[in-house]
Amino acid sequence: MIRYFLRRVLYAFPILVGVNLITFFLFFVVNTPDNMARIHLGVKHVTPEAIQQWKAEHGYDRPLFLNRERSGFDSVTDTLFVDRSQKLFSFDFGKADDGRDIARDIKTRMWPSLAIALPAFIVGLMVNITFALLIIFYRGTRLEYAGVVGLIALMSISGLFYIIAGQYFIAKLWQWLPISGFGEGINAYRFILLPVLVSVVSGIGSGARWYRTIFLEEIGKDYVRTARAKGLSELRVLFRHVLKNGMIPVLTGAVVVLPLLFTGSLVTESFFGIPGLGSYTIDAIRSQDFAIVQAMVFLGSVLYIIGLLLTDISYTLVDPRVKLS
Amino acid sequence: MSFVPEVLWTDALIWLLVFACTFFALHVVRTPVLRSSWHTVLERPMGMASLVVLGVFVVIGLADSLHYRTRLDNGQLDVEVKSILDRALVQLKQHTERTYSAPLATHAQARETIEKPNGGQAREKPRLQFGGAHLADPEKEWTGDVLIRMASGLSYGLIASIGFVCLLTLTLNAFWRCGISHAFSRLWRPQDKDPAWRSLMLSSFLLLLVSGIIFSLADGYHVLGTDKVGQDVLFQTMKSIRTGLVIGTLTTLVTLPVAIGLGLLAGYFRGWIDDVIQYVYTTLNSIPWVLLVAAAVLIVQVFIEQNESSFSSVAQRADVRLLALCVIIGLTGWTGLARLLRAETLKLRELDYVTAARAFGVSGPRILLRHILPNVQHLILISIVMDFSGLVLAEAILSYVGVGVDPVMNSWGNMINAARLELAREPVVWWPLVAAFSLMFALVLAANLFADVVRDAFDPRAAGSSGANS
Repeated sequence: MIRYFLRRVLYAFPILVGVNLITFFLFFVVNTPDNMARIHLGVKHVTPEAIQQWKAEHGYDRPLFLNRERSGFDSVTDTLFVDRSQKLFSFDFGKADDGRDIARDIKTRMWPSLAIALPAFIVGLMVNITFALLIIFYRGTRLEYAGVVGLIALMSISGLFYIIAGQYFIAKLWQWLPISGFGEGINAYRFILLPVLVSVVSGIGSGARWYRTIFLEEIGKDYVRTARAKGLSELRVLFRHVLKNGMIPVLTGAVVVLPLLFTGSLVTESFFGIPGLGSYTIDAIRSQDFAIVQAMVFLGSVLYIIGLLLTDISYTLVDPRVKLS
Repeated sequence: MSFVPEVLWTDALIWLLVFACTFFALHVVRTPVLRSSWHTVLERPMGMASLVVLGVFVVIGLADSLHYRTRLDNGQLDVEVKSILDRALVQLKQHTERTYSAPLATHAQARETIEKPNGGQAREKPRLQFGGAHLADPEKEWTGDVLIRMASGLSYGLIASIGFVCLLTLTLNAFWRCGISHAFSRLWRPQDKDPAWRSLMLSSFLLLLVSGIIFSLADGYHVLGTDKVGQDVLFQTMKSIRTGLVIGTLTTLVTLPVAIGLGLLAGYFRGWIDDVIQYVYTTLNSIPWVLLVAAAVLIVQVFIEQNESSFSSVAQRADVRLLALCVIIGLTGWTGLARLLRAETLKLRELDYVTAARAFGVSGPRILLRHILPNVQHLILISIVMDFSGLVLAEAILSYVGVGVDPVMNSWGNMINAARLELAREPVVWWPLVAAFSLMFALVLAANLFADVVRDAFDPRAAGSSGANS
């Protein structure tokens, strides 16, 4: 088990290096450090000295991948890429272009993201499973047919529609909840309700449909027939026996997204003005702040890899037949 | 005035795709197994109906993919690139108002200061230049006029529907040779294993009636209103169809070779090839998708700005950006299918017929092409149709983030993005949003239902598990 764990962690290392390589390549093809300096110093009255100084201040004064001024091994290591990657691996994200500390920003912005994403995830899971089981309960009837077509219709609606319609009707027309923004402490719930509701509703279509196929695979198995033969009611069979066994693939499938809940949702957060990591990232893309984007990509990849690891572990926890090797 | 055809990049690729689809259709007709699978798709009412709706979208999209420019009187080419669809809808395109007007309105939405003939000034809603311009007294005549137009549109639709049934009966009679009355009754009471004719006719009726009403109203009004600069919203939504279709199909064209190639190689050869390919797709997967696409689109944007002079028209520039977007989404989106194909190939390579082929000394690439690929093609087909709707929806999200199609291009994402803040206006401007969302919904719903039917018909394992077709 421990050896397996170690191997996976070692395997994660080249993946993270690859991730850094890709982000570096993508961003510096667009934005040479000279360009970035010009954008931040303003287009007018820029002297070459000022650019050099800006680059030195922000650590962009070294070549990207290959330092021709140094010899031997140093020509590869004394570069922007290696320097930045080393710092990322020690979770030292450096400063954003406006001088703020990225690590601190991430720490404070993580909680609003989590406050939206975690309830949305849990409530969404419960709602989706309930819908899936109800549709299975009515299988073979017209109600099932209507339910499945309804789910397909729900998943055919653009996510943007749910957000815009929710904001318009619930917040603007009926004024039940604030349109956007975020509050401190106990008052925050008023701002959280609408985004959570919108995320849950927009996820029902694809989520419930997916869980339905999982539970349908369970329903043909022998233990279900035994349970029915014992004379248990169909509802009891579904919500006790099938649900319990069907939870294995459901939970292991859900575990991979758990760590990513920290980074929040890009679109939801920016529509609802939540000061979380999703809106942080979108703002960084729009202002082309490379340091933030790279930090967020790195964080996202680390969390994804942790998610994969957790998935494997959760398999062994819920199903003793699976052994890691 | 003469016309000079103009072939944009995406046009060429779309027509190539049409060509490939025709070729594939011929192949299906000649292969009994494939033919029976597709036949089950047509037997399902849902499959037939969604196919009809998709067909209408495709026809509109194709009409919008034949571009030309006019040669002006002085011998120079017009800067504007038009399509056949523009020409068909020329009235909608040219009837632009000054600013917002509600659907079927005769007056603008907002009050303006108007000079009265007697010299005074008044704040009132001005009459529209084209919407309801034929009415002398809109207050009294509007209801009657709209009803009459709807009725006449409905009757046109009915006539077209009857014509359609007659044509269908005659065609099938020629095919079955059973007499016209018999063919007609068989259309309504299909025999076993007949395609779902009733569903075909009902969905066509519905479409013909609705489009009859819309076009007879569009003659005198803006059926879906006008936007901020007075452009007809109906025209914009129709033009957006092509963008959605291009993103949904051309992206797959990029994805397929990469996904098939890498998936089969990894599964068949295993060893270090498998390790490398797995490494590549885990790395790609672990980068948040929107960020990856955003970074790549920014590169393309800079590239296009630097080479501004090499594009002779705005349409060309927008087209290159659209193509680049498809390539980017395709190159970042192949991992799912590749993983699926790898797993399937791992299973297939151990089967007896593959072992037998290997024992006969058949080379690796040949085994992949002749023995493995044909046995995973149902997976490929299913993933093509399932991905399509997701891609159409993704366009709207990307346009919202600011890394979608060119801002001058008509697309649902751009329409939604532009109309997002209009809900905050007083009085509220809802029609551009509703128009964009509902057309997008119609296309995506049809595609999803079709995908569901196709999956059931082609995937023996999932067969019977879906209630949508039982």
